[in-house]
Amino acid sequence: MKAKFLASAGIVAATAVALTGCSGGSGSGGGGGSEAASCTNTIVNAEAPQVTVWAWYPAFNEVVDQFNNANDDVQICWTNAGQGNDEYTKFSTSIESGSGAPDVIQLESEVLSSFTIRDALVDLTEFGADDVKADYAEGAWEDASSGDAVYAIPVDGGPMGMLYRQDLFDAAGIEVPTTWEEFEAAAKKLKESGDGAVIADFPTNGRAFNQALFAQAGSVPFEYDSANPQEIGIKVNDEGAKKVLEYWDGLVKDGLVATDDAFTADYNTKLVDGSYAVYLAAAWGPGYLQGLSDADPNAVWRAAPLPQWDAASPVQVNWGGSTFAVTEQAKDKELAAKVAMGIFGNEEGMNLGVDKGALFPSYAPVLESEAFADKEYEFFGGQQINKDVFLDAAAGYEGATFSPFQNYAYDQLTVEIYAMVQGEKDASQALDDLQASLEQYATEQGFTIK
Amino acid sequence: MATTTAPTSSHRAEAPHQVKHRPDRNYRRKQRWGWLFVAPFALIFLTFLILPLVYAFRMSLFTSTLATGNRFVGGDNYIKAFSDPIFLQGLGTVAKFALIMIPAQMLVALVAALVLDNLTTWASKFSRLMIFIPYAVPVVIGALMWGFLYSPRFGPASSIFGIFGLAAPEFLAQDNIFGSLVNIVTWQWAGYYMIIIYAALRGIDPGIYEAAVLDGASDRQIALRIKVPMISSSLVMVVIFALIGTLQFFTEPQVLRGVAQGAIPTSYTPNMYAFSLAFSYSQFNYASAISFALGIVVFVFSFFFLFLTRKQSGLK
Repeated sequence: MKAKFLASAGIVAATAVALTGCSGGSGSGGGGGSEAASCTNTIVNAEAPQVTVWAWYPAFNEVVDQFNNANDDVQICWTNAGQGNDEYTKFSTSIESGSGAPDVIQLESEVLSSFTIRDALVDLTEFGADDVKADYAEGAWEDASSGDAVYAIPVDGGPMGMLYRQDLFDAAGIEVPTTWEEFEAAAKKLKESGDGAVIADFPTNGRAFNQALFAQAGSVPFEYDSANPQEIGIKVNDEGAKKVLEYWDGLVKDGLVATDDAFTADYNTKLVDGSYAVYLAAAWGPGYLQGLSDADPNAVWRAAPLPQWDAASPVQVNWGGSTFAVTEQAKDKELAAKVAMGIFGNEEGMNLGVDKGALFPSYAPVLESEAFADKEYEFFGGQQINKDVFLDAAAGYEGATFSPFQNYAYDQLTVEIYAMVQGEKDASQALDDLQASLEQYATEQGFTIK
Repeated sequence: MATTTAPTSSHRAEAPHQVKHRPDRNYRRKQRWGWLFVAPFALIFLTFLILPLVYAFRMSLFTSTLATGNRFVGGDNYIKAFSDPIFLQGLGTVAKFALIMIPAQMLVALVAALVLDNLTTWASKFSRLMIFIPYAVPVVIGALMWGFLYSPRFGPASSIFGIFGLAAPEFLAQDNIFGSLVNIVTWQWAGYYMIIIYAALRGIDPGIYEAAVLDGASDRQIALRIKVPMISSSLVMVVIFALIGTLQFFTEPQVLRGVAQGAIPTSYTPNMYAFSLAFSYSQFNYASAISFALGIVVFVFSFFFLFLTRKQSGLK
């Protein structure tokens, strides 16, 4: 066991070090040949100092090339160190060992506080982050900052909407639901029509998806400020969360929704073969859907706003979204901050991200541009989904606070929702148990609970 | 396995005789050459096994929580580990696996080896290869493959059960995941153990069988009364392999977790618990302590098993 465990730890560390081989000599001109070899991209200007970047954005190579061509004084050395948790594992290991981290790293906003609490990220305000604040969507900026500190520059967001199968709705005679009440009625109608589809999936491992649904009903699970890092407020079992979970528990019990694990092969197939009539999605969802290779060519997909609890006062929520942060291990922090702010902080770079990588920009000049609003999506029969759905959702999003042990909180959420779906607990009990386990964990970790 | 095998020092085995005599210069020179040959291995052994072990053990004596700094706590992490309900539950799970999975693997391997030992046709060679092939499939690939076979959407189960008008069982549901994992491991390892047992069977002098036949022994009597007792040391070795492997159960549940997160929590086995503590929750100190605690459990179990079977294994 020990051998195996340590061997894998060693491999992770070794890979991390190997991947960032070029960080060692950034700024020094000598030995450029072998250093450049470990970058995924080609370095345009070998004389300029290099900044290492870990990122997994689709089509990122073109964005990097664009940046390197446009900048003589700094070059990006890019590595794809894996997506989401894969990358965080490597980053986490290099924080622990004190070396091997890149200068700039792509992080989802929900994990930022998990790394700031380990003193792994640089506060960017001293490098002029406040000056570019106006360039970014408010909610996204809020997600990337904690108190007065700014720990990352937002890149893309995930305002939520509802993607639905117009053909299935028409066949069952269903109007597009605008509230959750109508959504439930539509689910019943669809089931009665007997064509085998359910209205949607409620994944027990939905993590940020489930959390976003809770937030829509006013749930504020965590209170946390990196200025006072040893204090945390936990309220995962508040009224909003209970209301939402009870609602979905009802749908599950009545067999109106599926409970497949999200992002598995089964789920991906069902998403496109007509098993689910609705895909409750973030703004990156259309790109994801389109990328599933077996997409049914006869399916008619359309986008609509996320159903609301109260149609009179709609609440917009966000699922996912990522940022660029500068690590404490960065050799030249000012230069790294320049890269973090500069890669997508210009229209050319961001447009590449939007057109080639289907990103939903947080950068205001592109986000608010007419071209973006008017963009027609062939996959949705030419519908202008940004104008119709996602721009409103993005504008209404006010930001959220995540815990410094978000991964643990999500894992426990999965455990509790699964127990609920299995019929072992009711919604309220599941959330109370979640609250208790998170409080215990926080105490064990030395936090004071507000 | 590292827990049971002490580093052997074969290059010193013959030394005591020589030491009594006058130091032989020739011998000394030879010994230096010996060191040279051992050096590459020793270097790797030290850097990648001994040093990390020492480092991890040192880490396990400290604690560093998210909100407070790093401080020395001595054996506290071990006390915490052995009273941690999640760790103990994981140990319970692997103990349950050991009780079911090891006999299952042994039975399949032993029966297959005994049958193949008696066959002399071409089918024997072919079957041997077929039974062994799953072992040649990397564990991760095997688990991924079974993940698809178990899938309600892609798996063959729904069509097979459909023939009889039945609904296929949900292999990845909470109630069935235990059996599904036992099946994967048995499929993967029985062939390997079969080869070990088969090799031991081939080592038996055929003259013994002739004598037994002359005495009127039936095939079954030869198998159970002669063959099995004569290969008991190999059987003990196989059980030890299986025991250590099962207590360290990790890869298959970790891979299947990708398609059944609810049924397989992050702390399903002690090894998975240590993994998620270290890499998902950044608790490297406690993860080290859990790893060493598991190492202790593996050592104790292996030791007792070897002690109990010292007669059969020829170790007494």
